[in-house]
Amino acid sequence: MHDMSAEPVVHHLSPPQGFIRKHVFSLDHKVIGLQYYGLALAAVFIGMVLSWLMRLHLGWASLAIPGLQHLSPNGAPGGVITPEYYLSLMTMHGTIMVFFVLTNAPFAGFGNYFLPIQVGAEDMAFPRFNMMSFWVTFVAFLVLIAAFFVHDGPPISGWTSYATLSSVGGISGPGEAMGQNLWAVSIALFCVGQLLGSLNFIATTLDLRTKGMTLGRMPLSTWAWFITACIGLLAFADLLPATILLILDRTAGTSFFNPTGMVVSDTLLPHSGGSPLLWQHLFWFFGHPEVYIAIIPGFGIVSHILPAFTRKPLLGGMRVMIGCLIAAGFLSYMVWGHHMFVSGMNPFSAILFSVPTLIITIPFTVATLMFLGSIYGANLRFTSASLFCLGFVSVFISGGISGFFLAQPSIDTYLHATYFVVAHFHFVMAVAAIFGIFAATYFWMPKMIGRMMNETLGKLHFWLTFIGVYCIFMPMHYLGIAGNVRRYASFTDDYLVPLIPVHKFITIAALLTGAAQFIFLYNLIHTRWWGPLAPENPWEATSLEWSTTSPPPFDNFGGRHLVVHQGPYEYNAEGAAQDYVMQTDPNFVAHS
Amino acid sequence: MGKFFAILLIIITLVSVYPIVTHMWWMPEVVSAHGPAVDHQLDETMIGSGVLFITSQFVLAGFIWAFGNHKGKIKNWPGGHKPVVAFGIILVGLEILSLSFVGSKVWASMYITKPDPNALHVDVQAEQFAFFFRYAGPDGVFGSIHPDKINDGSGNYFGLDPENDVAARDDIVVGTLTIPVDTPILLTLHSKDMIHNFYVPELRIQQDIVPGIEIPLHFTATKTGKWEIVCTQLCGLGHYSMKAYLQVMSKPEYDDWLKQQSGD
Amino acid sequence: MRTKFFILLAVFGLASSAMLVTAARPAGGTITGKVTFTGTPPKMKPIDMSKEPYCQKLHNPPIKTQDVEAGPGDTLEDSVVFISAGDQGSSSASTPVRYDQKGCQYIPHIAVMMVDQPLQIYNNDPNAHNIHPLPKVNAEWNKSQPPGAPPIDTKWDKPEFISVKCNIHPWMHGYFVVLKTSHYGLTGADGTFTIKDVPPGKYTLTAWQEHMGTQTQEVTVSGGAATANFTFKAMPY
Repeated sequence: MHDMSAEPVVHHLSPPQGFIRKHVFSLDHKVIGLQYYGLALAAVFIGMVLSWLMRLHLGWASLAIPGLQHLSPNGAPGGVITPEYYLSLMTMHGTIMVFFVLTNAPFAGFGNYFLPIQVGAEDMAFPRFNMMSFWVTFVAFLVLIAAFFVHDGPPISGWTSYATLSSVGGISGPGEAMGQNLWAVSIALFCVGQLLGSLNFIATTLDLRTKGMTLGRMPLSTWAWFITACIGLLAFADLLPATILLILDRTAGTSFFNPTGMVVSDTLLPHSGGSPLLWQHLFWFFGHPEVYIAIIPGFGIVSHILPAFTRKPLLGGMRVMIGCLIAAGFLSYMVWGHHMFVSGMNPFSAILFSVPTLIITIPFTVATLMFLGSIYGANLRFTSASLFCLGFVSVFISGGISGFFLAQPSIDTYLHATYFVVAHFHFVMAVAAIFGIFAATYFWMPKMIGRMMNETLGKLHFWLTFIGVYCIFMPMHYLGIAGNVRRYASFTDDYLVPLIPVHKFITIAALLTGAAQFIFLYNLIHTRWWGPLAPENPWEATSLEWSTTSPPPFDNFGGRHLVVHQGPYEYNAEGAAQDYVMQTDPNFVAHS
Repeated sequence: MGKFFAILLIIITLVSVYPIVTHMWWMPEVVSAHGPAVDHQLDETMIGSGVLFITSQFVLAGFIWAFGNHKGKIKNWPGGHKPVVAFGIILVGLEILSLSFVGSKVWASMYITKPDPNALHVDVQAEQFAFFFRYAGPDGVFGSIHPDKINDGSGNYFGLDPENDVAARDDIVVGTLTIPVDTPILLTLHSKDMIHNFYVPELRIQQDIVPGIEIPLHFTATKTGKWEIVCTQLCGLGHYSMKAYLQVMSKPEYDDWLKQQSGD
Repeated sequence: MRTKFFILLAVFGLASSAMLVTAARPAGGTITGKVTFTGTPPKMKPIDMSKEPYCQKLHNPPIKTQDVEAGPGDTLEDSVVFISAGDQGSSSASTPVRYDQKGCQYIPHIAVMMVDQPLQIYNNDPNAHNIHPLPKVNAEWNKSQPPGAPPIDTKWDKPEFISVKCNIHPWMHGYFVVLKTSHYGLTGADGTFTIKDVPPGKYTLTAWQEHMGTQTQEVTVSGGAATANFTFKAMPY
């Protein structure tokens, strides 16, 4: 750690010249952040369209979707989605959303843009690593999308890609030859990108804070990004070798995951001695922290944005929220087995994994209570950003509560692999984490592109989305309780046929909610070119990003070396002239 | 806007809870001996969660109503954060402890306690995309499994070697799991290819079937009838269609059925 | 002058037609024979289709596995007999071979076709099937066919005996026998086969039965007909 009294090291970056250096291969963390955001935006729309195709098929299994046969003559002859194509769509939907949206946008996107600014630095610690991390991620995305265009299509094994379906090659099913190879290579590249990114976040947070920016004065969003980066370093370091082992089993005849004596379609395979459970351990040891990587930035973002619109610091201040996030991050490494209660692991382990899983409820409950308590007595301002923060609290409660059921093995024996699980993870990830991204967009877009987004459209987007997501995902709980198994391409079992009307309702809700997202897209595009210019501090907020122009200059602060005197959330501070005090304010003395 | 948001939250909460309270789409009838304990655990959790869900969404709604667009003096939560944090820890802690304690007993009764030594043993083979069930036959001994002998087209789903393995000659292989009621059953689950899963919602039990491992699963059916066994672990293109029927018969009917099978 | 021209034209036309007609019909003989077995063949097992109630209801009593279809007189049905060496005068085939999935069964059990001959696979059942051929030389594929889906149009470009199965109904099993020659026959329920249009000459004939393997025989066709019988040794397992 470095001496806080000395001037921090600056990189003396010179302004970038030329279109390529400015906008393509940029070393500027702000450009890289926007590139990640742009990639996530493209990815989320692709992922959403995939979910529409899935949902249409689930509601109406013999529906011919005009034109689909041209994208995939094998997958959708006559436009009707085959079972294998449904699974391909599902695999790509999950992979694109979890990796390229939920890990990219809240962490790599906003984190890259704002972490250096929020700590008062000129740029990330390693700008070249940073640029490399984006372009590696971009190539990973292209490799993944290529799977749509190979002969047999994308893999069918889900984003979780369990062995042995994924580890023996094409004989286990369509898409399991080249498609699965592309998936594994894509994910391996993605891991490399994330590792480079995490290194940057950690080094920048620890070493590049400006004078006066103690760890305790960093905004909660920066704390969340820092904790997420620490989690990510371990998690992606586990997934990368796992994907390599998978590629070896598939192509080099190794048997990490393939046991002896497998007979697939009457064909005896030569593998010997491997364990399919090993893949699950390796995957979920990454996978559970990964979902926390998806949500913790959201908690940080809401913690950061909410005070600006309640005009007071969070209940519990910095310490409680940071404590909750660190506890959640730490515990996230102890619970991976709760994805494996019925996997064939020793049943005693279920109890061992269940206890920390239930304990993780505690930091998230406390964090949620802090949010709730912060609204009490507040001067609550309704903007698109604050609405999505409030919505985040509601949907996280809904999603978290279903986790309570699944954390208990005795209940999971019934609910495992049903739509109850699908409801749970969509609420906490597809809804809550996305709400965090929306809140961040509405809050920070004025700073990033220098123009204000349209508030009317933003609010309309919120109401339609908020109602829509409840219509989509709440009924999935009922389906799960009725025993509706997940990852089914269609419902032909006797006990499932009566549930199809519920699926039709969900499909219609999904299509309408999806349509509402075009309001957001339109708003973004319209703002970019025709939005009213944004002032330096439109929200009357306190942290360092609001102490510079909108958008900031290339070195973030125009050559100034900011000195920090205040904590990040001095709203409604006793004795202050206004209801907020900037972090750079040298005069105000806080009464703690 | 605050009032609209609050009312919306309340409506969403009530509409969400209604199908649960009225059991609009609910678990099917329970037909296993351990099943009621699972249902009880789920009901207890549902009540606790329901109270938490309704309370927290209503509190959120209430605060949004009261403080939305509020201007003027800002108040902080009376007593500060410490009682709230303590409340959160204690409330959740107590729920966790009680649910864990009872729940682990339920889990143990299904997965940790040993099966009844007199249980009827049925061997299960899972493959893309069907289940097959094997009974030991009159000699009471299961033939051994030889993966290299598996040949679906000739009906040798288990890879038996009746030529050299006498015990295999009278093994009965069928496509419907047929068992007597009120009798402890022990299944030994095998998969020849992918990870599959044996799930009967009415039995309230589920178990992944993993190639390379033999996994025991035991239960007692308490009602006669016919239900579906479905695969819940993604196993390929036909995953959605992978099923078999579970037929629970009275003991005399089962004995007749078994005699018929042996005669074939 | 004009009349002479037309007479010449008519003669020319007749002569050409006669040549064409005679060219289209080779001086071909027929090879016939019977495929039988000695010993005890394995017992065929009744197929339990209970996972697919529609198909189960169609077959009462259940149909049996088909790897050895023995008939009265110890005959073998569904044995492919074909010219494996010395073949001449084979014609190409453009008529599609039809493969039906009906009642969770492949009909025919063994489909014989030539290299590049169109193969059309139909699903006549109200439930989905997947067709999973398992070639070693040709390219493997695996496609599902939901009910009401259009037929799958395909062909094979190398000769091979290709095992085909449905994974959704694992008992469904058959063969695509892809041959270079058009001189083949498939034994019927009485164990007999007929190979037509074989030019005179010496040939190697191969009989293939999916469980019993192959046998070869030399056969000479001269002036009309030739006979070749095959006898396989059957074992109970």
